Amino acid sequence: MKDLSLYILDIAMNSVRAGAKNISVLLSEKDNVLTLQIIDDGCGMTAEQVEKLSNPFFTTRKTRKVGLGVPFLRMLSEMTGGSVTVESRSDAEFEDHGTTVTATFRVDHIDFIPLGDVVETMITLIQGNPDSDYVFRHTSDKVNVAMDTSEMRAILGGDVPLNTYEVLAFIREYLQGQYNENN
Amino acid sequence: MKTLAELAAIREQMKDKVAIRTGSGAVRVVVGMATCGITAGARPVLNAFVEEVAKAGLTDKVMVTQTGCIGICQYEPVVEVYEDGKEKVTYVKMTAEKAKEVVEKHLCGGEAVGEYLIGNTEL
Repeated sequence: MKDLSLYILDIAMNSVRAGAKNISVLLSEKDNVLTLQIIDDGCGMTAEQVEKLSNPFFTTRKTRKVGLGVPFLRMLSEMTGGSVTVESRSDAEFEDHGTTVTATFRVDHIDFIPLGDVVETMITLIQGNPDSDYVFRHTSDKVNVAMDTSEMRAILGGDVPLNTYEVLAFIREYLQGQYNENN
Repeated sequence: MKTLAELAAIREQMKDKVAIRTGSGAVRVVVGMATCGITAGARPVLNAFVEEVAKAGLTDKVMVTQTGCIGICQYEPVVEVYEDGKEKVTYVKMTAEKAKEVVEKHLCGGEAVGEYLIGNTEL
C-alpha cells in the first residue's frame, strides 16, 4: 500500500466487520512520532485471537487463507522504529467489548511513507457503513482537525443517511476546509 | 470553512428525495474493499463510482456498496454489478477512469464494457 491512509482504511474495515457502532480514528504527531489509534466497540477478540493477529497465515475468513492487514501495519510501523499494540475485549467475555489498535511511526525515518489522503479514507468508511458513528481527529504543530458524525446525525435527523451523496460531499469539504485553514 | 449548520439545509433539501431513493436500488454496484482490494487501488474506484453515479443522476436507481474479499485477489480491484433479472457482471483490474466509463456505458447506456470483464482480462 502506497500511503498510510490506505493502511488506516484497511484496519478500520476490521472494525466495520466487527459490527462496531462507534469507530474513532485518531492521529497525533509530536516530536517526530506519529501515533495512530483506531478504537472500536465491535465484537472484539479473545486473547488467543489477538496473539495470532500478527501471523499472516491466521484469518477467520473463509474466502482465503491469509490475513495480512495487521502484519502489514506492524511491518510498516516497525520499519520506522515504531510499534503496534492491539488491545481487545471480546463480546463473549465483556460488556464493554471492542478493540483498540495503536501504532506509532517515526516520521523522520527514511522508511516512513506519506500519510496520504485520510479524508478519502474517512469518506470511504462512512459510505460503506453509514449507520455507525465516526470520530476523526488529527493534531500536530501544524494541524488541528476534528469531526464527529454523531453531531452531524443529530442535525440530519433520521431521514437523511450519512452516505447520501450530498452529505458525503459536505463531510469531504468540511474536513478539507479544516486542513486548509491550518496551512 | 464549512460549518455543521449547513447540514440543516442539506436535510431540508434531501429528506423527501432520500425516502424515494432507499425504496429502490434496482442496480447494485459492489466494490471489494478488503486488504487485497484496498492494496490494488479500490478506494479511488469506489469513490469514482459514488461520484459519477451522483453526477449522472442515477442515485434513485443505482446503489453503490462495499464488500469484503471474494477470493479472486489477483484480479482486484473487483467490481460486481447486480441488476434485476440479469446475470451478475464482474469487472476486474478496475481504475477510477474505468469506473467512469462503466457508469457512462453500462449504467447509463445499458451495455457492459466488455474489455474490462473478468473473462476478457489477462493477469
